[in-house]
Amino acid sequence: MQRIGVFVCHCGTNIAATVDVKAVAKAMEKEPGVVFSTDYTYMCSEAGQTLVQDSIKKYGLTGVVICSCSPHMHELTFQKAIAKAGLNPYMLEIANIREQCSWVTKDIKVATEKAIVLARAAVAKVVLNSPLTSGTTQVTKRALVIGGGIAGMQTALDIAEAGFKVDLVEKNPSIGGKMAQLDKTFPTLDCASCIVTPKMVDVGQNENIRILSYSEVAEVSGFVGNFDVKIKRKARYVDEDKCTGCGACTEKCPMKKIPNEFNHNLNNRSCIYIPFAQAVPKVATIDPRYCLMLNKGKCGICSKVCQAGAINYKAKDEYIEEKYGAIVVATGYEQIKVDKYDEYAYSQSPDVVTSLEYERLMNAAGPTNGHLLRPSDGKEPKKIVWIQCVGSRETCDPTKGPARGKPYCSKVCCMYTAKQAILTKDHYPDTDLYVFYIDVRTPGKNFDEFYRRAVEQYNVHYIKGQVGKVTPENGKLMVQGSDLLLGEQVHIEADMVVLSAAIEPSPTARPLATMLTTQMDTNDFFTEAHPKLRPVESATAGIFLSGMCQGPKDIPETVAQASAAAAKVIGLLCKKELTNNACVAHPNEMMCNGCSQCQGVCPYGAITYVEKEFRMPDRTTKVRRVAQVNEAVCQGCGACTVTCPSGAMDLRGFSNQEIMAEVDAICQ
Amino acid sequence: MSVNENKEWKPLIVAFCCNWCSYSGADTAGNNRASYPDNVKIIRVPCSCRINPLFILRAFQRGADGVLVMGCHPGDCHYTTGNYHTRRRMTLLFSMLNYLGVESARTRVEWVSAAEGARFAEVVTDFTKTIEELGENRRLEDLRCKTN
Amino acid sequence: MQDELIRRACELLEDGTVNRVLGWQKGQFVYDITPAVFTSVEEVKNNFVYNDFCGANLSKYLRSESEKEGKVLVFLKPCDTYSFNQLLTEYKIHRDNVYAVGIECYGKADVEKLRAKGIDCITDVKNENGTLKISTIYGEESVPAMDVMAERCLNCKSKKHVAYDELIGEDGEVLDSHRFDEVEEIEKMSAEERFKFWQSQLSKCIRCNACRNVCPACTCEKCVFDNYDSGAFNKAPANSFEESMFHIIRAFHVAGRCTDCGECSRVCPEHIPLHLLNRKFIKDYNELYGPFMAGAEVGQVSPVVDYTKDKDAEASVVQKGGAE
Repeated sequence: MQRIGVFVCHCGTNIAATVDVKAVAKAMEKEPGVVFSTDYTYMCSEAGQTLVQDSIKKYGLTGVVICSCSPHMHELTFQKAIAKAGLNPYMLEIANIREQCSWVTKDIKVATEKAIVLARAAVAKVVLNSPLTSGTTQVTKRALVIGGGIAGMQTALDIAEAGFKVDLVEKNPSIGGKMAQLDKTFPTLDCASCIVTPKMVDVGQNENIRILSYSEVAEVSGFVGNFDVKIKRKARYVDEDKCTGCGACTEKCPMKKIPNEFNHNLNNRSCIYIPFAQAVPKVATIDPRYCLMLNKGKCGICSKVCQAGAINYKAKDEYIEEKYGAIVVATGYEQIKVDKYDEYAYSQSPDVVTSLEYERLMNAAGPTNGHLLRPSDGKEPKKIVWIQCVGSRETCDPTKGPARGKPYCSKVCCMYTAKQAILTKDHYPDTDLYVFYIDVRTPGKNFDEFYRRAVEQYNVHYIKGQVGKVTPENGKLMVQGSDLLLGEQVHIEADMVVLSAAIEPSPTARPLATMLTTQMDTNDFFTEAHPKLRPVESATAGIFLSGMCQGPKDIPETVAQASAAAAKVIGLLCKKELTNNACVAHPNEMMCNGCSQCQGVCPYGAITYVEKEFRMPDRTTKVRRVAQVNEAVCQGCGACTVTCPSGAMDLRGFSNQEIMAEVDAICQ
Repeated sequence: MSVNENKEWKPLIVAFCCNWCSYSGADTAGNNRASYPDNVKIIRVPCSCRINPLFILRAFQRGADGVLVMGCHPGDCHYTTGNYHTRRRMTLLFSMLNYLGVESARTRVEWVSAAEGARFAEVVTDFTKTIEELGENRRLEDLRCKTN
Repeated sequence: MQDELIRRACELLEDGTVNRVLGWQKGQFVYDITPAVFTSVEEVKNNFVYNDFCGANLSKYLRSESEKEGKVLVFLKPCDTYSFNQLLTEYKIHRDNVYAVGIECYGKADVEKLRAKGIDCITDVKNENGTLKISTIYGEESVPAMDVMAERCLNCKSKKHVAYDELIGEDGEVLDSHRFDEVEEIEKMSAEERFKFWQSQLSKCIRCNACRNVCPACTCEKCVFDNYDSGAFNKAPANSFEESMFHIIRAFHVAGRCTDCGECSRVCPEHIPLHLLNRKFIKDYNELYGPFMAGAEVGQVSPVVDYTKDKDAEASVVQKGGAE
C-alpha cells in the first residue's frame, strides 16, 4: 500500500495569490493513498526540501507529490531531495499549479479548483509509480573517425592527444582529403599543403592513431559506448608494412595513361601509384581496373622492380571487426557534376574548369607545376571569367522536374573565388579577371577585407549578374551575361572560364547514415541533434559530426567543429560507465506476439527480436519470437508502445496505467 | 450515482502535451501570464507518439468533452520522428471517429513549440470555444462514469 | 474441383510431402462448413469438402498448425493468400512447415441470401457453370450463383494468388472492385445519421468474439480486452460506449494489417457489417498515403506505422470532412 505525501508550494505569492493553497492541501488529504498533506512558502528552498525529507521519514512516505512550478524547473531538485531521504527518485510527481494554473487563471475559486484537479491527477499517477533504476553500460575506450580529411584528422588527433585509441578510416589510398588538393587558403593566402601535410604526418606518427586507408565501413551495430563495426579493407595489392614508398614501381609501370584523380583528371598517372608526394601512408596502390597482371595475368613488372617484395597480386579484400565507444562522421563533400549545366560548355571545352580543377592548375605540385596554362593548348590565359553559384542557391520548381542544383548556399565559393583571382593577379598581373555573382557573401574574420582587396587593389571586375551562355569559338570562350547593376548585356571573349560548382555531401554519406541510424536532411547533410545547442552531435547517442558532412563550411569552421566533436568524444570516453535513461520501453514477453511492428518505428534501433523458449502451462516448452529493448539505446519516446497491438510494450515512468489514471483523475 | 441537473455544464478538455515542445509551450504561456480557460487540463507525455488512441477514448468515456493532442512541429520532434507517427495515427483515428458519427471537432492535433506561449493560449482558447458551441459529449460517453 | 483437391491432397500425403492437410469439412449442416485438419488419406477421402460454402479463410489456422512437426498442406483461395502473406510478414507462420496450394475461386455463396430467397434446409449444393443446383429437404432448387454471392465476393478485390507453392487452376488478376462504395455512402451521411447507423449496428453486438477469433490479423498472445492491465479490459459490453469501444479498438488494431478478407462480417451472428470499419481505414490510408494492400507482398511496411516527412496530410484534414 502506497503512503503518499502531498506538498503544496506557495511560491511566495506566485501561487498563493491566486490559488488557495491550504484548500488544495486539505482536499488532497481525502485522496486515496495520501497520508500527509501540507503547504509551505518555498518548497524548493533548503527549508522546504527539509520539510519534504523529514515528512518522508516521519510518515513513512512511499511517494511524493509536489504541487509547485513546472517539472522543467524543479523536478530534478525534488528527485534529488527525496533520494536523499531514501526514496526512489521516480516516486515523485509534480503538479504544475504555477505555469498551468496560478499564472494563467485570474479567479481564485476557479484556480483553486483547477489546482485540485491537477494535484489529484499527480496523486493518481504516483500511486501507480514504481521505483526505477537506471542501468549502466561500460564504455569501450576507442573511437572511430570516418573520413581522413582535415575534419577527420583534427578530430582523430585531438582524441588521440587525450590518450584514447582512434581508428581513422579513409576510403582513398591516402589521408589528406580535399584540403591536400588546394593551393592556398583564404584569407591569409598561406599554402594549404604547408598546413595540412604536417597534420598528416602528425596523424601518421601518433601512436594512438591507426590509419585504415583504402578502407570503408561495411557494417555497424551496437549502441553508444559499445559499437561493433566491420571495416572493409580494400585490397591494394601492396603490403603496407613492406612498401617503403620509393616509387620505383610507379616509374616502371607500363600503364601510364590513367586519369589522375588527385589532379582532377587533368593529367595521368601510372596504374600502380602513390596519389601524391606527401601521401600518408606513403605506400603504393595498384588500381585493379587497369592492372595487366590482375586482368590478363601478364606483366608483373612492379613485382620485379620492388626491392622490398611488397607486391602481392593475390591480395583480397579483408574485413576487420572492432569495438568502439564513439563514432565521428567526417565524410566531407564533393563538387556537383557540372556537365548538366550545358550552357556553360563544360563538356564542350577543356578550358571551362571547375574551381577545384583550377586549384590544381595553380598548385605548384599540380599538373602544370604551378604555371597557369590552359588545358586545351597549354597557353597562358589572359582573360578569365568566374561564374558563381553554379548549382547553388537554386530555387526549384517541382512542377518542372527534378532540380539540377541545390537550394542552399555552398558558403565557401565567394571567398575562394576572391582568393583564386588574387593569386592569379599576383602571378600574372597582366590578366583580366571577371567574376559573375548573385551576391558576394563574406561574413568571417578578415573576409570582407580580403574580398575588397580583390576588387580595389587587384582590379578584379565583379559583375552582379548571371551568365546566360558560354560558347567555344576559335579557341576562345564567348561569355554572354548580364550586368544587373548597369542593366545591360555583357560579352566577354575569355580564355578560360571557372565554375564555382556547388558542393554536395559525399555520396558515401547516405548509406553510412543508414548504417549508423542517424538522420539526414533532404540534401543528404547529416542532421545535428540540436541546430543551436548540440551542433556536433547527431541525434543518435555516441555518433558525432565533424566538417562538411553536416553542412557547408570553410576550413577554420571545419577545424573548430572537428575539435568540438573530439571534445564530445573525449567526454564520453572518459566516463567509467554510462547511465541509461530510466524511463525506457520494456516488453511483456508473455504478451508479445512477435509481429515486429515496434522494431520499424523505433528511431534508435533499440528493439531487436529473439527466439526465446517459454514454459507453457502444460509443462511443455515453446519457442516464441519476442521483442527485446536495449535499455542503453532507448530514449523513451514511446512510439513502440502505441504501435504494439497487444499492449505488450509499455513505457516505464509513463505507463499505460499511469497515464490512464491521470485521465480518470482529471475526468472525475 | 446521482445526476445533478442544476449544475451548469462546463466543458472538460484533456490536453496531451509532449514534454519537449508543447508542455514547454504551456510553461511559456504561464511565464507570459497569458490567461486561457481553466477547462483545459494537461497530461504530460514524453512525446506525442506516446499518446495511445486508447487514452483518447478513455478520456471521452470518463466524461471529457474534447481532447487535444499536442506535439512539436513536424521536423522538430525531440525524438526526430515521433510526431510524424502521431500525425498519421491521429488522422486515421479522428477520421474513424468522424465516420462513426462522433463530431470530429471534439478532437484536434496542434503543433506548438516551446516558444509559442501565445499560440498555446490561443489554441486552447479557440478549442474551448469550439467545444462550448458543440455542447456536451453524448456520443462517446459512458453513462456510468458521469457523476454529478 | 473437390475431386481434384482430394486427389492432390492424397498424393501429397502419400508421397510424404506433407503429413497433414488443412481443409474444410462438413459441419452440422451442409452450409455450415468448418475448417479441419486431416491426418490420413482415408480422412481426406471421407470428410474433405470443397463447395460454394467453403468461405472460411484457412490461413489463420496455420499459426498453430505450422508450429507442429512436419509440413502441413493448406488450400488457399486468392483472398486467403493475402492473409497468408500478412501473417508471414508478422512472423506468425513457419513458412518451411507449410505447403501452400493456391486454388481458383469464383466467389462463395451467402446462406443468408439463399434463405432470403426462401431456400432453406439445404442438403447439398453444386455449382454448374455459375448456377447453383441446391437440394433441400423440400426438393431441388436452381439459382444463379451471382444472385446469392457473399458481399465480399461480389466486391472481390483480387483473383490473384500472391503466394503459393503450387497452383490448381488458373491465376487471376487484381480487380478493380467497388468495395469502397458502401463506405462512401456512409461518409455522405450527416454526422447524426452516421451515429444512428453505427449505433443501430453496434448495439446488436453480443460480444461473442467470433469476429476476433476468426480474424487472421487478431493473433495476439493475449488480447487487450482480456488483459486487465491494458486499460481496455472488457469481457462484455455494458452500454453503448463499450459496444463501440470494442469495435473501434479492434479496427484500429488491425488497421494496416487487415487484408479485407471479410471473415469478420461472415461469422458475425448479428450480421453487423464489420468490414465497413476495416474498409474505412483502408480507404483512408489509400487516399491519404498512396495505395497499399496488406499482404500483397511479404515484408511490407503498413502505412499506419510509417510516415513521410513532407507529404503527409495534417490531422486537421478530418475536420474538413474526412479523407475526401
